[in-house]
Amino acid sequence: MENYIVEMLNITKEFPGIIANDNITLNLKKGEVHALLGENGAGKSTLVSVLFGLYQAEKGEIKKNGKEVKINNPNDANDLGIGMVHQHFKLVEIFTVLENIILGVEPNTLGFLQKTDARKKVMELSGKYGLKINPDALIEEISIGMQQRAEILKMLYRENEILIFDEPTAVLTPQEIKELLKIMRDLAQEGKSVLFITHKLNEIIEVADRCTVLRKGKYIGTVDIKDTTKEELSRMMVGRDISFNIEKKLTEVKEVVLSVKNVTVPSKLHKNNAVKNISFDVRGGEIVCLAGIDGNGQTEFISALTGLEKVSSGTIILGGKDITKSSIRKRSVSGMSHIPEDRHKHGLILDYSLEENLVLQRYWQPEFQNKGFIRFHAVRNYAECLIKKYDVRSGQGPITMARSMSGGNQQKAIIAREIDKDHEVLVAVQPTRGLDVGAVEYIHKQLISRRDCGKGVLLVSLELDEVMNVSDRILVMYEGEIVGELDPKKTTVQELGLYMSGAKRNTVKEIDNAE
Amino acid sequence: MSTVYYLIQNMLPVAIPLLLVALGGMFSERSGIVNIALEGIMLFGAFFGALFVFFIQKSQIDPQVIILIGMVVAGFSGLIYSLLLSFAAVTMKANQTITGVSLNMLIPAAILLFSKMFFNSDGITTNMNFYIRKVPVLGDIPFIGEMFFQKTYLTVVLGLFFLVISVIVFYKTRFGLRLRACGEHPQAADSVGINVYFMRYAGVSISGILGGIGGFFYSVGVLDGNVNGHTGVAGFGFLALAVMIFGQWKPIRILLAALFFAFLRTLAYSVVLIPFLDNLGINQTYYKMLPYIATMVVLAFTSRKSRAPKAEGIPYDKALR
Repeated sequence: MENYIVEMLNITKEFPGIIANDNITLNLKKGEVHALLGENGAGKSTLVSVLFGLYQAEKGEIKKNGKEVKINNPNDANDLGIGMVHQHFKLVEIFTVLENIILGVEPNTLGFLQKTDARKKVMELSGKYGLKINPDALIEEISIGMQQRAEILKMLYRENEILIFDEPTAVLTPQEIKELLKIMRDLAQEGKSVLFITHKLNEIIEVADRCTVLRKGKYIGTVDIKDTTKEELSRMMVGRDISFNIEKKLTEVKEVVLSVKNVTVPSKLHKNNAVKNISFDVRGGEIVCLAGIDGNGQTEFISALTGLEKVSSGTIILGGKDITKSSIRKRSVSGMSHIPEDRHKHGLILDYSLEENLVLQRYWQPEFQNKGFIRFHAVRNYAECLIKKYDVRSGQGPITMARSMSGGNQQKAIIAREIDKDHEVLVAVQPTRGLDVGAVEYIHKQLISRRDCGKGVLLVSLELDEVMNVSDRILVMYEGEIVGELDPKKTTVQELGLYMSGAKRNTVKEIDNAE
Repeated sequence: MSTVYYLIQNMLPVAIPLLLVALGGMFSERSGIVNIALEGIMLFGAFFGALFVFFIQKSQIDPQVIILIGMVVAGFSGLIYSLLLSFAAVTMKANQTITGVSLNMLIPAAILLFSKMFFNSDGITTNMNFYIRKVPVLGDIPFIGEMFFQKTYLTVVLGLFFLVISVIVFYKTRFGLRLRACGEHPQAADSVGINVYFMRYAGVSISGILGGIGGFFYSVGVLDGNVNGHTGVAGFGFLALAVMIFGQWKPIRILLAALFFAFLRTLAYSVVLIPFLDNLGINQTYYKMLPYIATMVVLAFTSRKSRAPKAEGIPYDKALR
C-alpha cells in the first residue's frame, strides 16, 4: 500500500440530467505533479470541486493521510491544507496584490490590519519560489501572469500543501506557461502536491509525474508519464485515435469574396489607431490566417469587419457589395458568418436556451416567424436538426440553458449556427481557444470543409500550430499593420515568430510590386 | 469677509447630514447592496430623534447632551429600519432598487399619520435651542474660531468625528477590507472563508446607523429640531446618493462632494446677503433649485467615469459561481 496524501475513492456526483462523476478514484502522492486529463465535460472540474468543498459527492469518500475527512465547504478544504487556483481568478480587482493574498487570514491586532509582517512573509515566499510580484500593484493593473502568481502565493501564504490548478495555462502566453510549469515542478520538489487540470498533452508530458484520465464522467485510468506517449494519452482521453496532422485536399482558389481596402480603426485604449491602413483579399476556397501576438489590433479589426465598431476610413467589400457602413444584420445577410472571439460575450446569450441561441441569426426569416410571432415548432425542429448534424451535446437537448453547457459544446453550437446559414465568408476568431484536442480537431475539420466548399475563411489565431497547419496563407499583424504575407508551406515557425515580434517585415505592398 | 464667515457657518450644519448619509450609503454599497432607502432611513431616524427631544425637552438636561442621546436614539432607529432592507435584499435576495423605493415611500406617510393621530399636526415641533453662539476658548481663535466654532451646532464636530472613524474602519481594519471585498467580488471573498451575507448585513446596518444619525442632524442643524411628514428631509437622502457617487464611493471625496452641495444650498438661501447676486434680480426660488440641478449636471458628467462597486445590486447566491 502506497502512501497517498489524498485519496478520492469511488466518487459519484450527479447533476440534473447528467452524471458528472461516475465512480471515480484519484490518488495524489506527496511531492508529485499529478495531471487530471479529460475533454471538456469529462468531469474534471466537478471532481476537484468536490475535493475543494464546492460540491458534495453523493457517493464515495475522501481520505487525507489515510483518514476519512468530510469537506463541506472551501473553509474545510483550507483547514486540510487544500488550496486551489480557479480558472477564473478569485481576485478583487481594486485591491493590491498583498491585500488579496491576506484577505480572509489577515494578520491583525484588535481588528487593525498589520501588513508589515504579511508583506515580509509574502516577499520571502515570492523569492523562494521565483513568483515575481509587486505587492503594492492593483490587480486590475497587472498582467494575467502576475495575477496567477498572486493566486499561487495566496495558497502558499496559507501554507497549503495540496495545490489544485484548474486549467491554469488557458489564459497565459507561451513564456508565462513555461514559467508556470517550472514553478509547479519547484513546488513539487519542495514537497507540495500539485493537482493539475488540463487538456493540453504537451504540458502534461513536460511537467507531470502521473496522469489520471477521465472520459465522459468515467474513470479511464492512471498512468506514469514516463511510461506513456502523447498518442496514448490522447487515445485514453478521446477514446479513439486523434490525428495531430491536419489533412487538406488541394482546392482551386476562386474569386475574391472579401476585400479589405485601407482600413483604419481607432483604438479605445489610446489615441493612436489600433488598425493602420490595412488591405487584403480573401478568396473563395482558401483559409487566410491573420496571425499575431494578442493585442496587435486583431480584435479591433475584427470588430470593424463584423460591424461591432466603426472604421475611421477605408472600405470593406463583401461579395462585390460595399458593406463598410452596413449594419451587422445586413452583413450577416450579405454572407458574413462570424465565430466571435469571446463566445460568452458575443457568441451566445448565456441565459437563453440552446434552441433560441441556434436560431438567433434566422429567427426573423418567414420560416421561423409569422407576423412577429415565433414558430416554436419550426425552431425546435431546426434546433434538433442542427444538434444532430453538428453533434452538440448538452444535458437537456434544445431546451438546455447555454450557460450550463461545456465550452466545447457552446462553441459547436455557435459554429452550427454560423455555418448553417448562407455565407460566403466565415470569420473565425480564435475558434479553438480553451478547447480540448477532440473539439479542436472537430473545429479545424469544419473550417477546412468550408474552404473545400469554396467559401472564404478568415481565421484569427494566436496559436502557432493552428496558424501553420490550417491556413493556406498567413498575414501577420504587428502594431496594427500587416507586416508580412507568408506561405505556411514555405515558412517556419521561427520565421513566423520574427514577423510576429516585429523583428522582420515585408509589407504586402512590396509583394505586389515583386509580382 | 463677514459674508464668507456667514456662508461657512451656515454651510457646515447642512454639509454634515449629507456627509453622514453618503458615508452610510458608501458602507452599504461597498458591501454590495444598493441603498436607495437612504431617504427613508434618514426620515425614520429624524422622526425618532425629534420624538425623543420632544419628550425630554422639559427636563433640565443640557441641549448638547440631548443631541448626544438623541443621536443614539436616531442611530438605533435607523439601524432597525435598515434591517428591513438587509432582510429583503440579502436574505430574501429581493430586488434592491424596488425594496429601497418602497421603504422610502412608507416613512413620510407613516409620519403624517402618526403626527395627525397624536399631535394633530404634520410633524413634531420641538422647542429646544441647540444653537451654539460661541464655543469657549476655541471660538476666540482668529479666523478659524469664527469659521468653525461660532454660530454653529454640535453636529458639525460629531459629523467630522464620524468621518475620521469611517476612514479608519474602512481602510485600516480587517472588517473594512472584507467589506470592500464583498462589494467587489463576493465569490472571491467567499472562497477565502468570508461570510458574505454577514458582511452585507453589517454594511447595510452601518448605513442605517449613519443614515438615522444624519437624519437627526438634519432636523437639528437645518430645521432647528423639527420634523414634518410633508417636506421630509427635502430629498437629502437622494442628494446624499449623488454625493456618494460624485465622491466615487470614497470617504474623503465624499466629504468634498458634501461640502460642494451644501455650499450651493447655503448660497441659494443667502442671496440677499450677497449684493452681486441680489442685484441680478432673479427670483430666489431659482437659486434654491441650484443643489438639485447641480446634482443632475454633475451626475450626467461624472457617471461615465465613475466606477461603482462591481458586485453591487446583485444578490449573492452561493450556488452561482
